[in-house]
Amino acid sequence: MIDGLTILLTALGLGFFAVGSLGLVRFPDTASRLHALTKADNLGLGLVALGVALQAPGVVEVIKLVLVWALALFSAGVAAQLIGRVAARRP
Amino acid sequence: MSLAFNTLLSLIIVAVAAAAILGRQAFMAVVFFIAYGLLIALAWLRLEATNVALAEAAIGAGLTGILLLVAWTRLRALEAPAPSPPHRLLQVLAGAGAGAVTLGLLAAISQLPAVPGLQRDVAEHLPVTGTDNPVTAVLLNFRTWDTLLETLVLLAALVGAWTLTRDEDWPGRAGRRHRVLPDGVLAQFGRVLPPVALVVGAYLVWVGGYQPGGAFQGGTVLAAAWIVAVMTGHLPAPRVDDRWMRMAVLIGPTFFLLVGLAGLVVGAFLYIPPGFAKPVLMAIEATLAVAIAATLAMLVFGAPEQGESS
Amino acid sequence: MTATEWLPFTVCAAALIGLGLYGLVTQPLLLRRVIAFNVIGSGIFLLFGALSGSESAGTDPVPQAMIITGIVVALSATALALALVVAHAREGGRDP
Repeated sequence: MIDGLTILLTALGLGFFAVGSLGLVRFPDTASRLHALTKADNLGLGLVALGVALQAPGVVEVIKLVLVWALALFSAGVAAQLIGRVAARRP
Repeated sequence: MSLAFNTLLSLIIVAVAAAAILGRQAFMAVVFFIAYGLLIALAWLRLEATNVALAEAAIGAGLTGILLLVAWTRLRALEAPAPSPPHRLLQVLAGAGAGAVTLGLLAAISQLPAVPGLQRDVAEHLPVTGTDNPVTAVLLNFRTWDTLLETLVLLAALVGAWTLTRDEDWPGRAGRRHRVLPDGVLAQFGRVLPPVALVVGAYLVWVGGYQPGGAFQGGTVLAAAWIVAVMTGHLPAPRVDDRWMRMAVLIGPTFFLLVGLAGLVVGAFLYIPPGFAKPVLMAIEATLAVAIAATLAMLVFGAPEQGESS
Repeated sequence: MTATEWLPFTVCAAALIGLGLYGLVTQPLLLRRVIAFNVIGSGIFLLFGALSGSESAGTDPVPQAMIITGIVVALSATALALALVVAHAREGGRDP
């Protein structure tokens, strides 16, 4: 049961990653590409982390996974903002 | 199933490496190389070498990526003239040569005899080494000589990079000036990340005693903490004649040499007696982590240079 | 022989070494030659790691330790090489 849930959540997360990457390739300009990437990838990472957390042997591992997700979210947000600012400056 | 995953991963790795090497633009090559480094780290996990995966992700992908990006930015700012593309004949010959090397390697690999390896010997002597992580035991006890020389190589690279400073720029603050908005997103990033990186780095060094981790991996994360703090404007770039920085860089090799010389008294150079092994190894790990953090950060900051950059 | 599951990585590593060699020889930009050199290096490490260990006794820590040493040394060489490339361009040298 737990394994099935893990597979489901991970597959959903990977689906989000795929959609985000599709947006990266297909969208016309930097701002919309950033939009697709950050929204989809962060949610995808959260789902994958949740799915993997179900398999974790203890609470410490779950906390580590949450920390990884939070750090990735934070870094991605900062990077997206910086890229967006530079892209807005250039015509 | 495992074989299928490994095959798929191998194909992706070769594809990303091809994009990095054969791609059109230099920036694309750098970005693809960073992705390639992370995929190689994944391959190391598949090969059950977690210590190597950590080192590859931190040093191979992360730090090398930063160095490449900084170099790319400097080269673009210098507006170096674009070099002429290679001669068609050279490309064909190089392609043939590279193909021959690959096929030759594959042929040689298929002829290799099955050798047992040293796992059993290491596992047998692990209790007297002072650590429970077999890779740490090899790095800091069985092959201490190699690790000592490695720290000296790092130091040599740093001094080598410093010799490229112009006479009028020496001594000064490492690297070029940065301009950062004091309340911007980057400044906020620099407030949150370095403390977290400090804790994670220290944890990685400590846990290397019994789980995958160690001085190199933890030291790189500590270097990243310092680099982020400086890049986001919260700390000034260190001066190259700063006494504390130089002491931090030297403490790794120096302590290592002292341990080696102390070993001379008891038996042989770099001999670590089993009774003292655990505290000695912990001390070596700690000093090594500090030295690696300082040296790697100084390598990323670069040699002192006048001139503005935003 | 080593575990059959790891064989794809030996082929991958051989391909990486070939690719890196091609890039090292043909790339006009020095920066990209440094990238190619790094690809060769990590390919060699991957080859070494994939050939180590055996089915019966598990993974071998000695090659892993040597590979970690190799990664750090490759980084030192890359840092010095990039500093040289930037200094070369700064002093007006052509790329190459």
